[in-house]
Amino acid sequence: MGSAWNVIPQNMHLLWDGLLLTLQLSACALLVSIPVGILLGLCRISGNRVVSFLAVSYVEFIRGVPLLVLLFWIYFVLGKYLKMGPFLAGVFGLGLFSAAFIAEIVRAGIQAVPRGQMEAARSSGMTYVQAMRFIILPQAMRKVLPPMASQFITLIKDSSLVSVISVVDLTLVAKNLVSTTFRSLEVWTFVAIMYFCITFFLSQIISALERRYRVSE
Amino acid sequence: MIQIKQVNKSYGSVNVLQDINLEIPESNVYALIGPSGAGKSTLIRSMNALEKIQTGEIIVDGTSVHDRRTNINKLRSDIGFVFQSFNLYPHLTAVENVAIAPVQVKKVSKEEATEKAKKLLASLGLGEKYDSFPGQLSGGQQQRVAIARALAMDPKVMLFDEPTSALDPEMIKEVLDAIRGLASTGMTMVVVTHEMGFAREICDQIVFMAAGRIVEVASPEQFFTDPKSDRAKDFLSKVLNH
Repeated sequence: MGSAWNVIPQNMHLLWDGLLLTLQLSACALLVSIPVGILLGLCRISGNRVVSFLAVSYVEFIRGVPLLVLLFWIYFVLGKYLKMGPFLAGVFGLGLFSAAFIAEIVRAGIQAVPRGQMEAARSSGMTYVQAMRFIILPQAMRKVLPPMASQFITLIKDSSLVSVISVVDLTLVAKNLVSTTFRSLEVWTFVAIMYFCITFFLSQIISALERRYRVSE
Repeated sequence: MIQIKQVNKSYGSVNVLQDINLEIPESNVYALIGPSGAGKSTLIRSMNALEKIQTGEIIVDGTSVHDRRTNINKLRSDIGFVFQSFNLYPHLTAVENVAIAPVQVKKVSKEEATEKAKKLLASLGLGEKYDSFPGQLSGGQQQRVAIARALAMDPKVMLFDEPTSALDPEMIKEVLDAIRGLASTGMTMVVVTHEMGFAREICDQIVFMAAGRIVEVASPEQFFTDPKSDRAKDFLSKVLNH
């Protein structure tokens, strides 16, 4: 048994590189999806019908396409024309996919802020944009921390799909390792635990944020 | 200071405001009273364009409120508005609630705005509550913070939409005292209220509304002792003798 598990320490450098890549990819995808998602959410509730129609269309379309197909499309179709490597294609595929879900979460959060908040802000002379930025969004984001955490966790787990466009992330490293060492149980168990550690760490951070904001309510 | 000319507003076939004409001179305090559904809140909310009107014109400090060319944000920064449900920003402390509009709208420095916010809060008896969040304050304290927030913009006019209606009885006095203090400084004010004693004591004129119309405008003395209209007599008999 001890010798079977040696596959992990012996190949630690490979697994470590894969883990780092998964972390980098997820972080970059998050950095794409949060601003794009907030912008889409704001567009969805915009009074301008063209703007809100475009946002709704984006959200509906992206939600209706499997992430795997989207990744293939971005890498093989868009990537070919834009000379985009697999990493970048993975970041945009994941980020833009996740943005559609974040948009819905943000919209729900904004709509959960009482109407009087916008009225109070506007009646003090703030513009719509100022009221959104300083009054509505800070409250909305606090309200949606739990579903936002789920979405971030989903994004990290979905990042394993980029292995199909030859990004050497934790999952692809594991796959390669299994095909050379035949240690399926050991390698996949270890990888599952690694993913769990990342997502658990993230959800702890968000719970801490929730607790911090609850004090001020 | 405020001129309201021939204002009309309706939702479908329901006339919310009908042929409203009213002129409120500077440094006067006007009370809007009347049964619920009379259009009092709609009228006061239309004075800073929180509510649209269909015809007519409202002019505040020389500026037409509903004119498309009016810079409504500029105009609103000169009009303080206090809501029935306070509408304090729950994620900001009392001082931040008061200071945010001067900082963002008037571009006052944060230090200066904070300093002024503290003075205003202290003058309203909230010197101990600078760093409290709205959720940690009583209703009466929250409404006083809301008054400070409106005053922080140095408004030319203050509008109060039922400022004490959401309060427990023992907290009404502290809010009325704050408004009373403000009246004595010569601030032009419009107050929608159900506090008849208060209206009688501090207001220059009583505007009685019913079913979307202004039925009677009279001095408090005249209105409470000898109202002209039957509708006002009926209303007063119900609210004063319960």
